[in-house]
Amino acid sequence: MKNSIIQIEQLSKSFGEVRALDNINLSVREGEIFGLIGPDGAGKTTLIRILTTLLLPDTGKATVTGRDVVRDYKEIRKLVGYMPGVFSLYEDLTIAENLKFFATIFQTTIKENYHLIKDIYQQIEPFKDRRAGQLSGGMKQKLALSCALIHKPEVLFLDEPTTGIDAVSRVELWDMLKKLKRMGLTIFVSTPYMNEASMCDRVAFIQKGEILEVDSPEGIVASYEEPIYAVEGGRFYQLIHALRALEMVKAAHLFGETIHVTTYRRIAPEELARAIKEREGMDISVREIEANIEDCFISKLHQIIH
Amino acid sequence: MREQNDYIVYVKDLTKVFGDFVAVDKINFRVEKGEIFGFLGANGAGKTTAIKMLTGLLAPTSGEAVVAGFDVRREPEKVKYNIGYMSQKFSLYDDLKVSENIRLYAGIYGLSRKEIKRKSKALLEELNMVALRDKLVGELPLGWKQKLAFAVAMIHEPAVVFLDEPTSGVDPITRRQFWEMIYKASVAGTTIFITTHYLDEAEYCTRVSIMVDGVIEALDTPKNLRLKYGADNMQEVFVLLARGEHTLQGKIKKEK
Repeated sequence: MKNSIIQIEQLSKSFGEVRALDNINLSVREGEIFGLIGPDGAGKTTLIRILTTLLLPDTGKATVTGRDVVRDYKEIRKLVGYMPGVFSLYEDLTIAENLKFFATIFQTTIKENYHLIKDIYQQIEPFKDRRAGQLSGGMKQKLALSCALIHKPEVLFLDEPTTGIDAVSRVELWDMLKKLKRMGLTIFVSTPYMNEASMCDRVAFIQKGEILEVDSPEGIVASYEEPIYAVEGGRFYQLIHALRALEMVKAAHLFGETIHVTTYRRIAPEELARAIKEREGMDISVREIEANIEDCFISKLHQIIH
Repeated sequence: MREQNDYIVYVKDLTKVFGDFVAVDKINFRVEKGEIFGFLGANGAGKTTAIKMLTGLLAPTSGEAVVAGFDVRREPEKVKYNIGYMSQKFSLYDDLKVSENIRLYAGIYGLSRKEIKRKSKALLEELNMVALRDKLVGELPLGWKQKLAFAVAMIHEPAVVFLDEPTSGVDPITRRQFWEMIYKASVAGTTIFITTHYLDEAEYCTRVSIMVDGVIEALDTPKNLRLKYGADNMQEVFVLLARGEHTLQGKIKKEK
């Protein structure tokens, strides 16, 4: 097994009465894409800001590349790249000026590390004399990523890089991250999109400051034990209420063109179809399925609610 | 033949030009009462410009749009009164209490004091938030806030409500609860006009339009779109259209 490059032990952070991080333990391996997945307000940004030495923890300990985030913050800053969730470059500097600025403060040159950013930067280089404030969202992001990489960091932190961008740009960004991984970088990325978990080597579910589960996407899916069925047919709204009214049904959730139903015991799919037919006169099709990542997260959320 | 007033949203050759850039290029569509209409598109495709025209915030360069019975060019103020609007970026005031936010919006939409009182009570009961009426909105979890914002956007019982990425960043359970509120409103006859980046949500819409470079490239039920483009889900349909790969048949399939 590869060495751990980020080690987090019993880390907590509160803002006033809000416990943003509650006793977090995590270990990130060298060279992996590690996904921190959870909704807004779960603590994702707080954790990333502690790991990038921009925020002090209340209690607990975290090391990045073996260095302590509190004591060795100056060294860590040279070894990590950070792309925050909001665009934080200088809007009144051009693309080229922003990049040169970041290279200079990290005491390097664009030329020295150009190979790292080449694929990304080439896409915006034709516009290098345009001010950053005048770029489209996609271009801003490519510039921000270039600036976060220009000092050749060992670990790249990205805070919700795919939030608010369209599905096509999301696919492109994940392609870029995979290329960076092949160059040897460790990538720590947060996202609210469950379906992006499959792009990561390992993921952690985070909710209300607590880590609910850490595993590979395959491992998370494999450890899901409840019987789960996909139901189709009829009108969603009536159908979902009809399903929930059945005694055998534990939960029913909208899932794309189907409704995912979990039951208290394993049933034959026809049993569910028959019950709905008898109760509501609706014809539905039911098939047993494998849970996906979002089913797993929903199930974990239910466990902590109840 | 049906008249334009039979539709809640009627759009004909709607166009917006900024300088020499055609942001919205002669788009056409109609939305019926009670429909959940998904308005999708890549960043920069012209979605926001189109929504601004439909909500009376931006005058079209040419073409026409009638929303909730009013012409967006001639009667933009009436359009604003007769629609609901909510977005993730702007909805409620964090530093006002729950009850104050409700009162503020109800007042803006011209409800009488008596109506405001009655509606506030009903709304809080419906949302199970009576105990939270004196809490600052900024202290509510995001999911609650979004549900409250949706209810507030409909406090004046508009014929159509525009939801601009309402579920961004909310947890998967709350996101689904939010959609059940949308269904409920739709079943009760309210027309829903919604944008989202979660493409599983496109499947929940009655019909979906996908905008690419200022034009509506596709408009149909999610099922028909899937069949037409030979895709397993709306994510595939979207990527295919937004990348302009639908002309190269089955390219995305081959790449898999």
